[in-house]
Amino acid sequence: MLTKKVKNRISFLILVFILSLAVIFFIIKSLSQNILYFSTPTEIKQKDNIVIGKAMRVGGMVKKNSIIISKKNIQFTVTDFKNEILINYAGTVPNLFAEGKGVVVEGKLNDNFFFTADRILAKHDENYMPPGIKKILENNAK
Amino acid sequence: MLSNIGIILICLILVLGFIIIYSAHLDLKIKNEIIKKTIYKLSLYQITFTILSFFTLITGFINSDFSIINVYENSHTAKPLFYKIAGTWGNHEGSLLMWINILVLFSYLFLIFSFKHNKEFRLYTLIFQNILIIGFVTFLLLNSNPFSLIYPTPLEGLGLNPILQDPALAIHPPLLYVGFVGCSIYFSAAMASLLSGYDGKFFAQSIKNWVKISWCFQTLGIIVGSIWAYYELGWGGFWFWDPVENASLLPWFSITALMHSLIVLEKRNTLYFWVIILCLLTFILSVTGTFLVRSGILNSVHTFASDPSRGIYILIFLSLMIFSALIIFFSKYKKETYNFNLKSKETFILANNWFMAFFLVTVLTGMLYPIFLDVLTGVKISVGPPFFNIVIIPLVVPFMFFMAIGPKFGWVKSQNKIFSKILFLILVAVVINLFIFTFFGKYSLLSNLIFITSIFLILHSFLDFKKFINNKNKTGLSRIISHLGFGLLVFFIGINHQFSLEEDFNIKVGDIKKINNYKINFENIKIKESKNYKAVIGNFKLTNLKNNLEQYLNPEIRIYSNPETLTYEAAIKTKITSDLYLTMSNVSRSDYYNIKFQNKPFMIWIWISALMIVLGGFTNLTLRKNEN
Repeated sequence: MLTKKVKNRISFLILVFILSLAVIFFIIKSLSQNILYFSTPTEIKQKDNIVIGKAMRVGGMVKKNSIIISKKNIQFTVTDFKNEILINYAGTVPNLFAEGKGVVVEGKLNDNFFFTADRILAKHDENYMPPGIKKILENNAK
Repeated sequence: MLSNIGIILICLILVLGFIIIYSAHLDLKIKNEIIKKTIYKLSLYQITFTILSFFTLITGFINSDFSIINVYENSHTAKPLFYKIAGTWGNHEGSLLMWINILVLFSYLFLIFSFKHNKEFRLYTLIFQNILIIGFVTFLLLNSNPFSLIYPTPLEGLGLNPILQDPALAIHPPLLYVGFVGCSIYFSAAMASLLSGYDGKFFAQSIKNWVKISWCFQTLGIIVGSIWAYYELGWGGFWFWDPVENASLLPWFSITALMHSLIVLEKRNTLYFWVIILCLLTFILSVTGTFLVRSGILNSVHTFASDPSRGIYILIFLSLMIFSALIIFFSKYKKETYNFNLKSKETFILANNWFMAFFLVTVLTGMLYPIFLDVLTGVKISVGPPFFNIVIIPLVVPFMFFMAIGPKFGWVKSQNKIFSKILFLILVAVVINLFIFTFFGKYSLLSNLIFITSIFLILHSFLDFKKFINNKNKTGLSRIISHLGFGLLVFFIGINHQFSLEEDFNIKVGDIKKINNYKINFENIKIKESKNYKAVIGNFKLTNLKNNLEQYLNPEIRIYSNPETLTYEAAIKTKITSDLYLTMSNVSRSDYYNIKFQNKPFMIWIWISALMIVLGGFTNLTLRKNEN
């Protein structure tokens, strides 16, 4: 027979175990809901399984002479020198946002060629390039 | 010239490190209670040389000695003197030298102030601290020498990144470094304690002030960083769950847990091994954070130009540290028995530790998951702020509840009947929340809970404070201040989040824009020449349509010449009840200016309550000194 003390301890351990399982499940579930995938314009064009309307990040260079500013929003083209995508954005731009510079935009895809951004991230480093773009540029140069 | 002096001084620090380890080792064999005079002397030389080497580098920056690469890359003759000096630690090499300064300084101070404690324990601490010093000095010499020469000597430097030219950012790194590197001393002390068997409550007494000092500085450093982000980065927020912010939070969670468990170890002489784990973990997390940031694995606004070879060195050093810590820990580990009553202070302090552990695991997961996924599958992802908000914010509700009632319980077993008082205070909190909810605006269930518990914690702290004044036994003031500060912080962040007004739009000079009850008139722009930049200053007339109050806001676009960079300076009007925040930017010189306008209620109170948390820590340090 188990004494009362041992019984208490076992039930306590089971409780801790269940609690920590619940906690881990909770963390993983929220993690999987809040992942932002990073893609380049080429990847968006090639992949059919990209979910339209889900939050994601797109990175590339801002195409020369592509920025159009109106009263409501800013439109520009992000390119990885193979494919490009049109970005529509309403909001402030970071200080290193400029034509010919690297940029990462966060937002939702309307279709394979049109993207609505909620946020623009440009790095506080003059020579910044979004991850992946550097590689692509190197490959293109070959 | 300066370069040679600097390198010689650094070599001397390294050599002294070895000599101190050797003589401490010899002294260990002598069975008496006094540490040899020579060890004190050697340590004094070591700290003198270290401080001198740092001043040598500062002199290089002040004189704009561009024969030193580090000065050439990070300074410029046209820079104001203040930022020339601050530039010393605004780069990787210089900040590493500062890191070593703090390591040596803490090593020396611990040696002097720990005289009440066991000799063997003190000597072992000194040995481990000097192993750390040797490790970092070697790294400095091999990979990141701040005194490296460049030939031929350039005539002009490249300049410091303008966004770093800011008073808050000049003091932010030193504060954080005292906080993070300060952890090294109880990392060493924990190892020493395991080896010398000097454990239990004496060990707790020997490190408690060091823990509090580094906790205060870490907290202060994080707050100053947030303040900088608020007015310099121009998006009006102050916390972004950016990887580097996360990296600074990890050791903070673990040190906060440590600070609380240390009380249990001191008063009840239990939880010894858990305290040791936290001591080791705090410093390991500090170094890990540095490794992730400096190696360029984590990208963020704060990264210095990154270099993978740095990463490899820190990674090797880190693995050695963790490995040896684990070996020593498990060879000395003995099973402890814990008999805690559910209704005791110990249980609630443990509850704090569980919460801290949960926060730590969450932030660590969010931070490392993208790196693992990238390495394993090549898929690039990022974990956005919503993840941290969803996981952490709900847990803050029970956390604050325990934070309020925990200190009410006595040690071992408590018989107090406090239940009715808690119920009453919750009721008051609910009523206050209902008042805010009906008169100012609706918000979600979670926000309701956050408001109720934070008000509960605030009320509870006020009552505690009243009791403290009437009570003859003056204890717990620091705790009351810090807990009250935390309650207020959560409350004001909640209010700020719920009732902020934010609007982005593009506007031409002369145009008028209406937002809610504000009318914004973009009157004109002016150009101003300053010492190291040229500024385009916008003149915005802001009319509050409710009370016809007129205000002028003047955001700037600054064009720095060395290096050529644009920055946007927000115009911030701070009042007791709210901040008005306006940033202006311009893309490709078009006629339209891009404006972000925000009205953020109780912004200043967020800073005040955050500073209160730190004030609590400092109060504790000064009060305890008087008690002893």
